[in-house]
Amino acid sequence: MSAPVITAGFADPVIAAQAHFHALMDALARPGSIHDFPAALDAPAPLTPELAATALTLVDHEVTLWLDAPLAASKAVVDYLRFHTGARIVADPAEAAFALVSDVAAMPALAEFGQGSDEYPDRSTTIVVAVEALAADGSLQLAGPGIRDRARIGIASWPAGLTAEIAANGAQFPRGVDLVFTASGQVAALPRTTRVSEV
Amino acid sequence: MSAVAAPQASGYNFAYLDEQTKRMIRRAILKGIAIPGYQVPFASREMPMPYGWGTGGVQVTAAIIGPDDVLKVIDQGSDDTTNAVSIRKFFAKTAGVATTTETKAATIIQTRHRIPERTLTEKQTIVYQVPIPEPLRFLEPRETETRKLHALADYGLMHVKLYEDIARHGHIATTYDYPVEVADRYVMNPSPTPKFDNPKMHMSEALQLFGAGREKRIYAVPPFTKVRSLDFEDHPFEVQKFDKPCALCAATNVYLDEVVLDDRGGRMFVCSDSDHCEERRAEGHRGELSGEAA
Amino acid sequence: MYVAVKGGEEAIDNAHGLLAHERRGPVSIPDLSPDQIENQLALAVDRVMAEGSLYDPALAALAIKQARGDLIEAIFLVRAFRTTLPRFGNAEPVETGAMAIERRISATFKDLPGGQVLGPTFDYTHRLIDFLLAAGVTPPAPAEVTTEQEASPRVTDLLDGEGLIEQELRDDGAEVGDLTRAPLDFPADRDLRLQALARGDEGFLLALGYSTQRGYGRTHPFVGEIRFGEVMAEFVPEELGFAVPLGTVSLTECQMVNQFHGSAELPPQFTRGYGLVFGQSERKAMSMSLVDRALRTREFGEDVVAPAQDEEFVLSHCDNVQATGFVEHLKLPHYVDFQAELGLVRQMRAEYMARQQELKEAAE
Repeated sequence: MSAPVITAGFADPVIAAQAHFHALMDALARPGSIHDFPAALDAPAPLTPELAATALTLVDHEVTLWLDAPLAASKAVVDYLRFHTGARIVADPAEAAFALVSDVAAMPALAEFGQGSDEYPDRSTTIVVAVEALAADGSLQLAGPGIRDRARIGIASWPAGLTAEIAANGAQFPRGVDLVFTASGQVAALPRTTRVSEV
Repeated sequence: MSAVAAPQASGYNFAYLDEQTKRMIRRAILKGIAIPGYQVPFASREMPMPYGWGTGGVQVTAAIIGPDDVLKVIDQGSDDTTNAVSIRKFFAKTAGVATTTETKAATIIQTRHRIPERTLTEKQTIVYQVPIPEPLRFLEPRETETRKLHALADYGLMHVKLYEDIARHGHIATTYDYPVEVADRYVMNPSPTPKFDNPKMHMSEALQLFGAGREKRIYAVPPFTKVRSLDFEDHPFEVQKFDKPCALCAATNVYLDEVVLDDRGGRMFVCSDSDHCEERRAEGHRGELSGEAA
Repeated sequence: MYVAVKGGEEAIDNAHGLLAHERRGPVSIPDLSPDQIENQLALAVDRVMAEGSLYDPALAALAIKQARGDLIEAIFLVRAFRTTLPRFGNAEPVETGAMAIERRISATFKDLPGGQVLGPTFDYTHRLIDFLLAAGVTPPAPAEVTTEQEASPRVTDLLDGEGLIEQELRDDGAEVGDLTRAPLDFPADRDLRLQALARGDEGFLLALGYSTQRGYGRTHPFVGEIRFGEVMAEFVPEELGFAVPLGTVSLTECQMVNQFHGSAELPPQFTRGYGLVFGQSERKAMSMSLVDRALRTREFGEDVVAPAQDEEFVLSHCDNVQATGFVEHLKLPHYVDFQAELGLVRQMRAEYMARQQELKEAAE
């Protein structure tokens, strides 16, 4: 029996982390806008290179990380994330600073994640979701801070009921979760301030 | 005795901060963007420059800057003030990035006390150095109390203060660090910019980030976000107006510095934004004291 | 014609050149070596290490030289250097009960196991300027101790045996906080308070401690014990699983014993104030222990009525690097804000004059 090999992280960690952070920052600052996210990482499936890149950019031993069932079930994924981030992996999504979701269809309700408090609304979960595709001008109409008037985005596959959950999430502002969506080589985000409707 | 191991200037990480510190700051920035106007506590580091001299802004800039960025640093609107020069040199040395004094050429503008006159674009991020991030601090010195007031969106204290100004002076007597309400929720300090600059924050195309190092807070205003200067229906917010145009470039509707010319009351007024003034003069605009050879 | 001030960069470089020149002083006088500072201005080095929160005498000595003897500036240099150091983990708690004692005194017991050891102290010196020092005399060798050091249990442990003093909380397993790695929020636990005090400005804590003695939050203190000497610092590497020695550090520890009349929940007993600093600094360790006890006011069901008892006030203002930065930032240009205020004062004066004029006319 051979020991499993943990694949490499960023080739140039300083520059790659800055580039990925910049894309994430732009994505959250301008909800619905789609940014290049050239995650050249050989991450073990079902961890996508983009989920891995987000984790390597933002997560370390100072924060807690929650993994959805398919990710948590893979020892290779857990070893990879432990090795590269040192994050404390937690079983309860309410305790997580970051959550990685590989299967959007089976994602727990947004309300099950950390919501923060009225005094410390920043102590809530940032949920990073791998989706099939992101498209400009899709069927979701967005409004709120970061958006001039209205913006459009398409996110495939968009779970039934997520629009209503996002509305409930927004209604408890400043508490609430923030959502980051990644697809192949791309990233977009819907912070808690964004109002979403299906058109 | 032990020898002192001295790190070389080149021995520091890109943009000085270690990667773990950058991650911590980056997380705070993302939360700040998601909760516009809310002050996110962060584990501000001890920087090689004094607290109160821009350590918060420097940490934010260090966390966002990349090798392709072009940095502009201003203090009082000018690129040539000593602290601006010092901070610009710090990044040129530790990050090797290009620096500029031209507002339009910059991707990141770090500022103390001004917002450039030229309208910022969506390709730009402005980083404010903040001494006291808490707008309620001088009304309630305790953090434990102000945190509750923000949680409850209870800004009565601030309105009472502004109203007392009106009762006493007939108008609001706050001229800089004039409080704003962001995205209909949090009341925020814009940092000690003159209230003249407040309208520039409203629906700005640029991302606005605020760093307070000593007070350990980061906050943000995303682009295209409502920023309303607090006022009353019968006493609407007004900005400063100057009687004269800039004496060098003849600009009007800009913020001016008063320069003392002699000890007999001689004064002139010139653009506080030195880049804006230079650009206008390069375009051929002339003020009454600019001289023909300028 | 007016030309805006330019050339900030050159002016800064020139100022720094002049600073280096002034630091060196006349070249006819020998250059001061960090070695000399470390060994002959050792208490200055100790203060810089304590408030810089980095145990490195050679570095602190160099910082003092670079700062031209300005200790807060030297502390700042050490702090900024400390920030960049990688962290391998936390050392084990030091055992001050096993200290190699150089000085140990108790004000509460005439004699006690281990005895009173005066050690190197200014106490009982007559504060007369010693002009012989100017001539650079070599003092005679100090008296040698001929006996083995006896075990010197801490005075508070002796009181603890009788149940007269509050039980010191044993390790509750909670991670010890670090205010340099996580932002402080209030109320802060005692670990964070003690860290802030250990890094805090000696003068500020001295004044606060003094204020408690004058009735601003009186705590009825007795010096249970002050000890100064070397202790072993140890570290448990995860891969080894047992403690390995890192070296020795010099520490001053002060345990203040405070009378307490009891409350609804607690019987009358002595309570504790604790001070621990790098190097030899009894003033700092004592001030720290007075303020530590004062900050425990709420814990004992007492009212917060004095500055030294006010946690938010003390912790927000005890750091001299923060304080000096913000006070000194006032010398940065503020002419944009000042312009705004000038405009306002002119406007308000004009309004005032107009009102006065109206009143005058109405009266006439």
